[in-house]
Amino acid sequence: MSVNLLVIACLGYVVFLFLVAFAVERQAARGHVRWLRSSLVYTLSLSVYCTAWTFYGAVGYAARSGLEFATIYLGPTLVFVGWWLILRKLVRIGKQQRVTSIADMISARYGKSNLIGVLVTLLCIVAATPYIALQLQSIALSFAAFTMELNGQGLSDRQDFFALWVAVGLALFTILFGTRNLDANEQHPGVVTAIAVEAVVKLLALIAVGVFVVWVVAEGPRDILTRIDAAARPEWAIQPGRWIGLVFLAGVAIICLPRMFQVMVVENADERHLATASWAFPLYLFAISLFVLPIAVVGLELMPAGSNPDLFVLTLPLTLGQDGLAMLAFLGGFSAATSMVIVATIALATMVSNHLMVPLWLHLKQGPAGQRGDMRGLVLNSRRLAICLLLGLGYVYYVVTGGSAALAAIGLIAFVGVAQMLPALLGALFWRGANRIGAAIGLGAGFLIWLYALFLPSFGPGVFLSAQVMAEGPFGIGWLRPYALFGVTTLDPLLHALFWSLALNTIAFVSGSLLGFPTPIERVQGAQFVNAFDIQAGARGWSQSAAEAEDLLSMAQRILGTSETQRFFQSHAAAQGKAGFLPDTTPQFLDALERKLAGSVGAATAHAMIEQIVGRAIVSVEDLMAVASETAQIMEYSNQLEAKSDELERTARQLREANDMLTKLSVQKDAFLSQISHELRTPMTSIRAFSEILMDAEGMPPEDQVKYARIIHDETIRLTRLLDDLLDLSVLENGQVNLDIEQANLSDLIERAILASNSVQPQREFRFRRDAASEGITVETDTGRLAQVFINVLSNARKYCDAAAPVMEISVRREGEMIEVDFADNGSGIPFEKQALIFEKFARLTDQMQAGGAGLGLAICREIMINLGGSIAYVPGQGGAVFRVSFPRVLKRADTEGSQSERSAAE
Amino acid sequence: MSAPQEPLFVARETFRRRRLMDAARLLPVLGLFLILLPMLWPAPEGEAPRAAREGVYLFLVWIGLIMLAAVLARRLSAVLNGEAGSDGGEM
Repeated sequence: MSVNLLVIACLGYVVFLFLVAFAVERQAARGHVRWLRSSLVYTLSLSVYCTAWTFYGAVGYAARSGLEFATIYLGPTLVFVGWWLILRKLVRIGKQQRVTSIADMISARYGKSNLIGVLVTLLCIVAATPYIALQLQSIALSFAAFTMELNGQGLSDRQDFFALWVAVGLALFTILFGTRNLDANEQHPGVVTAIAVEAVVKLLALIAVGVFVVWVVAEGPRDILTRIDAAARPEWAIQPGRWIGLVFLAGVAIICLPRMFQVMVVENADERHLATASWAFPLYLFAISLFVLPIAVVGLELMPAGSNPDLFVLTLPLTLGQDGLAMLAFLGGFSAATSMVIVATIALATMVSNHLMVPLWLHLKQGPAGQRGDMRGLVLNSRRLAICLLLGLGYVYYVVTGGSAALAAIGLIAFVGVAQMLPALLGALFWRGANRIGAAIGLGAGFLIWLYALFLPSFGPGVFLSAQVMAEGPFGIGWLRPYALFGVTTLDPLLHALFWSLALNTIAFVSGSLLGFPTPIERVQGAQFVNAFDIQAGARGWSQSAAEAEDLLSMAQRILGTSETQRFFQSHAAAQGKAGFLPDTTPQFLDALERKLAGSVGAATAHAMIEQIVGRAIVSVEDLMAVASETAQIMEYSNQLEAKSDELERTARQLREANDMLTKLSVQKDAFLSQISHELRTPMTSIRAFSEILMDAEGMPPEDQVKYARIIHDETIRLTRLLDDLLDLSVLENGQVNLDIEQANLSDLIERAILASNSVQPQREFRFRRDAASEGITVETDTGRLAQVFINVLSNARKYCDAAAPVMEISVRREGEMIEVDFADNGSGIPFEKQALIFEKFARLTDQMQAGGAGLGLAICREIMINLGGSIAYVPGQGGAVFRVSFPRVLKRADTEGSQSERSAAE
Repeated sequence: MSAPQEPLFVARETFRRRRLMDAARLLPVLGLFLILLPMLWPAPEGEAPRAAREGVYLFLVWIGLIMLAAVLARRLSAVLNGEAGSDGGEM
């Protein structure tokens, strides 16, 4: 097998991956994504965790430290097995907030602060660059090992050359499929599927080598176990400190690594896939790890002393003459390396463009939103640029460091770096009190300690930190030695750095959160994150604003594309019941738009862009109160319910009363109509009878004719009076009466009333008792109407007073501005049960013929007195019948109006 | 007659589902305990540890955890399907 064949196989494999990604992208574009987004593909894509460091390095690690290599896979196993605790919430929030990267997630939680986004991005770049370099190095090393075996000579210049071409090819692939479009969900089905294919290849390759080692080289599992025991060395013993620390570190890394976050959260198509991955991904890790120790043991046995154990997977089959197997192993390692680089660069490029480049560009180009270029092109190009920069950085790092460190070391160093995001991330998920100040200083402190105590020293003494600083501390301060901070010398450098960085990070994070005060947006976001499973539609950050929907449309078009944006705006306008493309800029709409934009450019940038057009986001007090606590929400809700049910009860009561009133009115109306008919019919009957008699008047004496004609005349007068009374009553009841206000002496009014009432039953002689002194009051009211009331009362007394020597006592009292006039006779009065009726229409206490009226008199009196701002009442228990008429001395317009409204309310 | 028994049935169902969630939360704790156990096994002073025995134990624990997780995930995805939205951490 020649080197050319190796290169051709490699190229063929790459072309195959391109085709797979291309075909999947085409399928996805046609909407056939169902099978692509299965839980199987999801689980396989998670295998980017297993990089070349796993593929080659795990065997090397096992050869050096025994079972300790397994901690790197046991930690993630625990995290996935416990998916219900953390990962499920992470994925849910990622979906709810349309998170584009881990930096986006953390910055979105902490008030969409771009400072946090920048911090996390820098941390991720610093941690990931050596890791990318490591992948390039592993490809170069394996290529060199292969060619060395084939040609028997080293190819150090060609190996760098090969690494360069790999880097270029990776950049091409990533740009082609990772920045194809600006997807609203930041998902890349082509890339994910290619990663899944690579996952299968690397697993198969490792298992193939393992099966070969166990069943061909050795004589089955039993033999391998004895060989393991034979090969075991004292340094393979499990060291409790490292064992716990590494399980923990690997568990943290699987949550915090940007590339893991990318495939696990951002590329997740369905939450339920996580349930499958919770056991399937640990199974993948199990399968990957199963043959690591056997390969290491057999490699140690068979390979010449001094050969690099990191390459046993490749060199063992080569040495044993299994070229095909070696080729498979090479492709497996190639897959492991490339998949990691692709996903990591996509994740990092998204962060760099969303948190560094675009905000910077927006800052530099402050100006009217409408006059900007195509943002989509800008964002995509910034990502392409970022991909090239990151890969270039990785390549330069590889060339400069030249593969000095063992593969495993740099991987663990990167793990400790990304672990610095843990406090902020867990705080984001579970602690509403966490705020951006705490997150920023925690991240900053952890980052600095990691740099000082682990990352910079890892280059070896004299590169960044001099040997003197390493040995004696900066400026000779002993307790600041990078590997022995605060005098802690019992831990090895990795655990030492992990311990101090995470401890101080957490302390800073917690104290910052306890002492600082969050912004309103932070508090809203905090509630949304922590209560992700309870709050469906969260509180909104935007208040109703005067922002022009047109500006928003033109801005959004630059990010989402014209047709997509117009569809979005149109659907929202339609939902608001408006035609056209411009919905009202309601908080709901702004919130939806922000999330849509966040899917493309990240939460912080999207927030900033909308803020430029809309102005500052204001969280209303109601919003805050609504999210302040669920208890408050529930209480508010139940209070609302209670208030509502009270209101309903009140309404029902009012309706019931209104119904009773209507029923009573209807009964009254019926009674009134029958009364009226009756009252009209009686005179009509006599008029008809007498007119019939007059019609055949021949032979009737003239005096009889005159007598009958008089009766007819009297009856017509009675009829007219009845109709007049009815008319009068209706006018008074409707309050349409025109009051004729004038001044008069009360004494004169009473005198006039007595004179006028004398015509009623003039045969009866009434004695009047009056007090002239108290009557001498000047009143200002509708004197005609008032006299009418007096006349009515006096006439009634003349009609009904049953005393043999009737006496009428009229007494006047003045109570402030009110005047009370009592008319008391010495009759037997009105029986109690009738008292309530006397002011009703057609209420007549005795026989109609005796009264001679229609029974409307007192009803009219009552209406008049109401119109005069006073009242008329029957005063019981005074011996005779006593009517008390009270009214204001001076009638004001307002009084009449007030009394009218009082009356209408009473009815 | 079956109507009054129905709430009891529902409560029982809910109860089982919540204990299932508890199990899912506690499984990593059990796993951690089992994984940390080999640290406590005495290693002969200055000699090589019995790596084969430890390895077999570790991989058995590993596959056991995976199988338990598979059972739980199967039941829990029914919960996810049923009520994709609600559950939370309440008891």
